Amino acid sequence: MTSGPRLPDAYGLAGSASFVDFLSALHPERLPDASATPSTPLTHGTTIVALLTRDGVVMAGDRRATMGNIIAQHDIEKVFAADDHSVIGIAGTAGLAVELVRLFQVELEHYEKIEGVPLSLDGKANRLASMLRGQLGLAMQGLAVVPLLAGFDLARGTGRIFSYDVTGGRYEERDFHAVGSGSSFARGSLKKLFRRDADSDAAVRTAIEALYDAADDDSATGGPDLARGIFPVVAVVDASGARILPDAEVGPIVEAMLAERRRRPDGGTGGEAT
Amino acid sequence: MSVPFYVSPEQIMRDKADFARKGIARGRSVVVLQYDEGIAFVAENPSRALHKISELYDRIGFAAVGKYNEFESLRVAGVRLADMRGYSYDRSDVTGRSLANAYAQTLGTIFTETAKPFEVELIVGEVGATAAEDQLYRLMFDGSVSDEQGCVAMGGSADGINAALIDRWRGGMTLAEAVRLAVTVLEEFGDESPRQLGPDQLEVAVLDRTRPRRAFVRLDNGRLAALLGDAGSS
Repeated sequence: MTSGPRLPDAYGLAGSASFVDFLSALHPERLPDASATPSTPLTHGTTIVALLTRDGVVMAGDRRATMGNIIAQHDIEKVFAADDHSVIGIAGTAGLAVELVRLFQVELEHYEKIEGVPLSLDGKANRLASMLRGQLGLAMQGLAVVPLLAGFDLARGTGRIFSYDVTGGRYEERDFHAVGSGSSFARGSLKKLFRRDADSDAAVRTAIEALYDAADDDSATGGPDLARGIFPVVAVVDASGARILPDAEVGPIVEAMLAERRRRPDGGTGGEAT
Repeated sequence: MSVPFYVSPEQIMRDKADFARKGIARGRSVVVLQYDEGIAFVAENPSRALHKISELYDRIGFAAVGKYNEFESLRVAGVRLADMRGYSYDRSDVTGRSLANAYAQTLGTIFTETAKPFEVELIVGEVGATAAEDQLYRLMFDGSVSDEQGCVAMGGSADGINAALIDRWRGGMTLAEAVRLAVTVLEEFGDESPRQLGPDQLEVAVLDRTRPRRAFVRLDNGRLAALLGDAGSS
């Protein structure tokens, strides 16, 4: 790790609180490689949804990873806590996306430790945009990663959602958003079910409904797997922080939704989704 | 061209060490001590912004005395090293021992190779699953490192404080007892005459082993006042 008796000068340089900048100066080979060319099908496919609630924001993601026609993994996690007050969901090339999340988590914590205060939510959103822009070369070769960032803005006291494109474009969403191969179905569902004044519990149910609708029509999005006990990963963010709900909490909500769907397979019209 | 005077290596090292010791002795002290659920860092520091105590990694904390710009650059280097290791390998591969070693190497090289040694002393503390697995490393300005048990002080009045701590510290203290003890010894030895230190003049943080991932927490004035009040009345 060190090349001499003392730490290299890069460790002592003043003025930067960015881990990515530090890593690219000292060990660029440890960053995701922007020159790789894929020749085999890579894991893809996802639906991630996020929606604002009265108290903050809810994000949920399905658990399926696909590789061509193969289901590569049944229980992959695509929604993560980025730090205490934000969560990130990922769609696209799984290997790169998971690495991007890991790097982003370190980046946020690194800044917080060096500066003594966490980044603002806008700062986090911009930082993620520039990290994505650094991977544009990979995206152009078909290795796109599309994240969805949601968090509680402590300065404004509200939840916020940011979507991205592969060029690093950053767009703030008004009420809800979905990314991934099943996103158009999820967005249609959210459009009908979203209520601006919903509390977190109601929003979690709405998110799970939207994922179910996406899995219904998109082969690369997995529905809840009762046999294996695999449920969507659901994250709730409010003023008190971000938390990933345990399966013990998500399971009953999924079962309640399925019971309802047995009566009406296409789901309610929104009024009943509580 | 004039011929420089010969100065023996012993003399050079002694002069450097005296210089560093004098610089460190001018500063206020920091006490680091174990309590039942973790490690407490207590510093006399009226500044809210310029910290002497900091988080390095999930279970690892840092405390320093001496020249601010010097220990700040060491602190930042420690955060970078820890994050670099954690990102390259795994979070569980970042240890207090490896950070203490890197600091020892760096301070040692600076002491021998540069004209002006760093006027700093550091403590790296790592909280384990049990009190027996906690680790405290004290690093001197010349890179020498010692593995401390239970409690340690550094700074201007370190000798007096350390002697008092050996008598009064015991294993299994509560957080309130430990903080109260640290504040008492800082009050007794920090100045020529004993004085009162309120929450405004203290910087206190803990590595709390009961917390899930990041164990480091700063205690704000309200929590600190409550702790000091509790132990004072018992």
